[in-house]
Amino acid sequence: MAGDGTVQLIDEKGKRVDGRDLDELRPLSIKIGVLKNADGSAEIRMGKNIIVAAVYGPRELHPKHRALPDRALIQCFYRMATFSVNDRKSPAPSRREKEISMILADSLSSVVLTEKYPRTAIDVYMQVLQADGGTRCASLIAASVALADAGVPMRGIVSSVAAGLINDKVALDLYDLEDQKGSGDMPLAYAPTLDEISLLQLDGIFTIDQFEESLDLAVKGAKEIFEIQKNALKQKYTDIRADVKEVPKAEAKEVPKAEAKEVPKAEAKEEPKA
Amino acid sequence: MGDNYVISEIEKDHILFLLEQNKRSDNRELNQIREVNIETHYVGKAEGSAVVTLGDTKLIVGVKAILGSPFPDTPNTGVITISAELSPLASPYFEIGPPSNAAIELARVTDRAIRESHCIDLSKLCIVPEKSVWILFIDFYILNDAGNLFDAATLGAIAALATAKIPKTKVGEDGVVEVLEEKEPLKIDHYPVSVTSYKVGKFNIFDANFKEERVSNSRLTFGFDEDDHIVSVQKGRQGVYTPEEIKKILRESLLVSKTLRKELMKALSKK
Repeated sequence: MAGDGTVQLIDEKGKRVDGRDLDELRPLSIKIGVLKNADGSAEIRMGKNIIVAAVYGPRELHPKHRALPDRALIQCFYRMATFSVNDRKSPAPSRREKEISMILADSLSSVVLTEKYPRTAIDVYMQVLQADGGTRCASLIAASVALADAGVPMRGIVSSVAAGLINDKVALDLYDLEDQKGSGDMPLAYAPTLDEISLLQLDGIFTIDQFEESLDLAVKGAKEIFEIQKNALKQKYTDIRADVKEVPKAEAKEVPKAEAKEVPKAEAKEEPKA
Repeated sequence: MGDNYVISEIEKDHILFLLEQNKRSDNRELNQIREVNIETHYVGKAEGSAVVTLGDTKLIVGVKAILGSPFPDTPNTGVITISAELSPLASPYFEIGPPSNAAIELARVTDRAIRESHCIDLSKLCIVPEKSVWILFIDFYILNDAGNLFDAATLGAIAALATAKIPKTKVGEDGVVEVLEEKEPLKIDHYPVSVTSYKVGKFNIFDANFKEERVSNSRLTFGFDEDDHIVSVQKGRQGVYTPEEIKKILRESLLVSKTLRKELMKALSKK
């Protein structure tokens, strides 16, 4: 729920409480392949948010009657750890968590080539370990790259960030305090390579102009995050290559030159005869 | 809602074929809403109630007020809570059981429009700070699903709240709250309405009927207050929009919101 907008969230130099500019993202890092058992996984740190996403599938779907005859069903499970927020969160999934799970699944379904895996499930689990505002966006960023890590074919990568209103000014990537005391929040998911918005929500009070400004700013932010997602995916393979280089090379057996040449020659000569 | 319903390819093609000629299966314009009827004071035992029909879509909203404690982080404000029941009596595609994702989404999106528009001053629902506040339960029962439950639900919620009467209270010297017989109207400061559109092919249609909803893969709901502020947005389903499309739909939705609010105010002036 948005606040009344009376708390001072921008100083006279135009800086936010955490020192950022209005159009600046929080520090963001993504690590790929953090869980061994999952087909794909990622850990994201976005400001103080810590979220782990795991992908299992395509795999058999239970109960089977939910299977789709022509495509895979993407199931998302967004859950907050009991200790992720100031008060202890009840471990039972709330209506909020269920709604978020549903819209995240819708967003990811827009890019995954689900028609390649009829009657199966692709399960995406997102566990919020520490929440600091914008967890649905951060979860989606992690889920997207976890799907790529699992080798699930996609048309593009979904990126996500919120824009919102603090002291009546449009700002990017609100953190917890700004979300609580600001006057509006607008999470968005955008696939930069496709120019497609696959998630859009808003609460607060926006004028038409503020809405359009927020939309443009969030799209710009999503494009920045997309580059970090790409680099994180590349980093995994750079790391693998580095690991491989460290292993001492097995010494290649020297094959005597004369022998190597003679064998094929001999075979070639014999063939026409046979 | 009605997600188990499979529409035939031939019907899909027909709806698209009509849209290409700027027509709809029920002879409406693309942005034309169906006939709206709002009947308030329907259930005497509820603090406020309203039956809304939007074409063949029909739902009832009831408001109950009970005394309770405020949330620890908001000791001076009352509480509103919204729930929706997709009863199987409303459609062959609804099932008995715990609230489905569709019911949760309907309740939460309606909640957002009501809450964020600040249509009720929650501080006026506070009786004794930290101890006693009014909790308003706003509950929907869908009676017939013929499409566009989102917009009908918001109309119903505002109509029920605007006609609700809350008992007066007296706080005794010992701090005990006494609920009196006499009731006073709940004051409404804003009149938000929600406008939902569906994308079918390249067309964007408003107040979609049941079959039009089934053809579409993208839904976009805007909540507006009477000063043309946007108070809520929800994009639904697996389809996508470009940023430019969203800006265009926003302007179309704003126009539709005027028509809906006119119907709402007409119904409320009759009370």
